Amino acid sequence: MILVYVNTDNGLSKASKEVVTYAKKLGDSITVITNGNAPNNVLSELGQYGASKVLVDRSVSTDDLQQLIDLVAYSAEATGANTIIFSHDLVSKAVAPRLSVRLKAGLVSGAIDIPNAEGAIRVNVFSGKAFGFVKVNSVKKIVSLLPNSFQPEIIGGNCSVEEYSSGALKGRVKVLATKKPEGEIPLPEADLVVSAGRGLKGPENWGIIEDLAKSLGAATACSRPVADIGWRPHHEHVGQTGVAIRPNLYIAAGISGAIQHLAGVNGSKVIVVINTDQEAPFFKAADYGVIGDAFEVLPKLTEAVNKFKSSQN
Amino acid sequence: MKILVCISKAPDTTSKIAFTSDKSSFDENGVQFIVNPYDEWYALVRALELKETNGGNVTIITVGNVADETIMRKALAIGADDAVRIDSDPKDAYNTAMQIAEYAKGQSFDLIMVGKETINYNGSQVGGMISEALGLPFVSLASKLDFLGNKLTLEREIAGGIQVVEVDTPAVISCAKGMAEQRIPNMRGIMAARTRQLTVIPPISVEELTSYVSYDLPPVKSSCKIVSADNMDELVQLLHNEAKVI
Ligand SMILES: Cc1cc2nc3c(=O)[nH]c(=O)nc-3n(C[C@H](O)[C@H](O)[C@H](O)COP(=O)(O)OP(=O)(O)OC[C@H]3O[C@@H](n4cnc5c(N)ncnc54)[C@H](O)[C@@H]3O)c2cc1C
Ligand SMILES: Nc1ncnc2c1ncn2[C@@H]1O[C@H](COP(=O)(O)O)[C@@H](O)[C@H]1O
Repeated sequence: MILVYVNTDNGLSKASKEVVTYAKKLGDSITVITNGNAPNNVLSELGQYGASKVLVDRSVSTDDLQQLIDLVAYSAEATGANTIIFSHDLVSKAVAPRLSVRLKAGLVSGAIDIPNAEGAIRVNVFSGKAFGFVKVNSVKKIVSLLPNSFQPEIIGGNCSVEEYSSGALKGRVKVLATKKPEGEIPLPEADLVVSAGRGLKGPENWGIIEDLAKSLGAATACSRPVADIGWRPHHEHVGQTGVAIRPNLYIAAGISGAIQHLAGVNGSKVIVVINTDQEAPFFKAADYGVIGDAFEVLPKLTEAVNKFKSSQN
Repeated sequence: MKILVCISKAPDTTSKIAFTSDKSSFDENGVQFIVNPYDEWYALVRALELKETNGGNVTIITVGNVADETIMRKALAIGADDAVRIDSDPKDAYNTAMQIAEYAKGQSFDLIMVGKETINYNGSQVGGMISEALGLPFVSLASKLDFLGNKLTLEREIAGGIQVVEVDTPAVISCAKGMAEQRIPNMRGIMAARTRQLTVIPPISVEELTSYVSYDLPPVKSSCKIVSADNMDELVQLLHNEAKVI
């Protein structure tokens, strides 16, 4: 029995499909636990990815992480699950460690693979500069899966959705306000990312980055100095001390490729680097390189993407 | 205010990462160790600022061996009042957290602060585990922290935005970027920290729920294909046909 927690506040995210797909590779009987207001017909779609049953406690809000811990702990007990899977995101970073102590369940955070022949699970360590293989010594296990490590697989199948009342208690942390810019693709989940660094010279020049991102349907990111001097918001900062991402495509313009920057992006499947300096270290980590001025190359690339997209339709 | 800041060591961010020949452990040869950046820049400095406005004291704690005293002295030089070392090679996050929780139990700290994550293991586990063991509220990934009365007001990172939350002390907080600015220790601080007495206490016996069995380096990228700056159509074709990412 495997229990999977998914956050359905914004419908079925790609990450939630990934974790159910991952769980299905570990075992057959998959119960999904969630909270909030997503409609039943949306939740039952998880059957397509291998869930046998979805339990939803509508009285629990994701704002109350303490209550969320109770919810998952109680449902693990009720279903007799020994393995609990999360997506490695901002919710699981708060919930999974506490659950690990509560259930005495070893926690593998940021898993990127299913267990190998020895039962060890591959994780990123040293901020993406190396892999570690972690074994869980306890009977109960918690795994949080790094987003974009597994592609969701539709295997067909239906699942029931049951309203569930866990009796989770309210926590002591009170939410006063939530500030969320609307309509942006959250960076850790994005398949395609367009990123820029100090080479762009100033915040007023970001239009060419946003244009390309828009044409591709990509999220935008930046190097640390750019966020530090306030050209771009902090949540766009990728790297060792920022967000670690693993998109399918990472396009980096005007970024030198310092080791701390690479640490957060070298899990990307394909890297394109645009830089005036052919000696820029980033080219060593790139799959495709363009030696040239970002101010000329980016608009041309956007135009080529637009041309390609319209030829596809 | 009585504040406990958990400090761990990490390899300098420019370190070349290598493993012993049997790949069973990190090769520390020639590696310079630093205070984990999140612990130093954010948790420790914000703790010191709170002490400066509200009075009180800041204790740092490290689960580690005698070699870790170098980074502990750095934390003292920046301004911590006391330093405690639990004399044990750090094992898994659970073991580390239980050691710290055991120490904190009898001490009535108003605030326990940890970094967002260690830059070597990136687990983001220890803080939450300490809070559960002590039955204290936990606010993760806080980028802002203020203290008034017995209340903490914090901003924390959530998916695609920020949440403002409030909680009574005592509490455990994990600290991310934005919380404070890095402080460079001055000469007087460094000199005073050199000879300061550190408290060393024996570990308690706790199991390890997880263990690292081996390590590996990612495969090296084959060489980069250069595309002419005048031929972006070719790049788009390569991304579509060869790389299959668009
Ligand atoms: C402890 C620590 C942690 C760190 N963590 C991070 C982190 O998480 N993320 C991070 O990004 N950095 C991090 N850094 C900083 C990192 O070391 C680099 O300083 C930083 O990544 C450099 O940013 P950049 O590439 O934007 O700027 P620069 O290094 O200044 O590079 C700018 C690049 O733009 C190119 N360029 C200039 N003009 C053009 C043009 N017209 N067209 C195209 N290219 C052009 C230049 O050739 C150059 O390569 C960290 C540093 C430390 C010490
Ligand atoms: N050995 C240790 N001694 C003291 N504090 C630690 C230790 N390991 C981790 N921590 C604290 O826990 C935080 C999160 O660590 P981790 O769970 O390993 O990512 C760190 O930023 C430190 O504040």
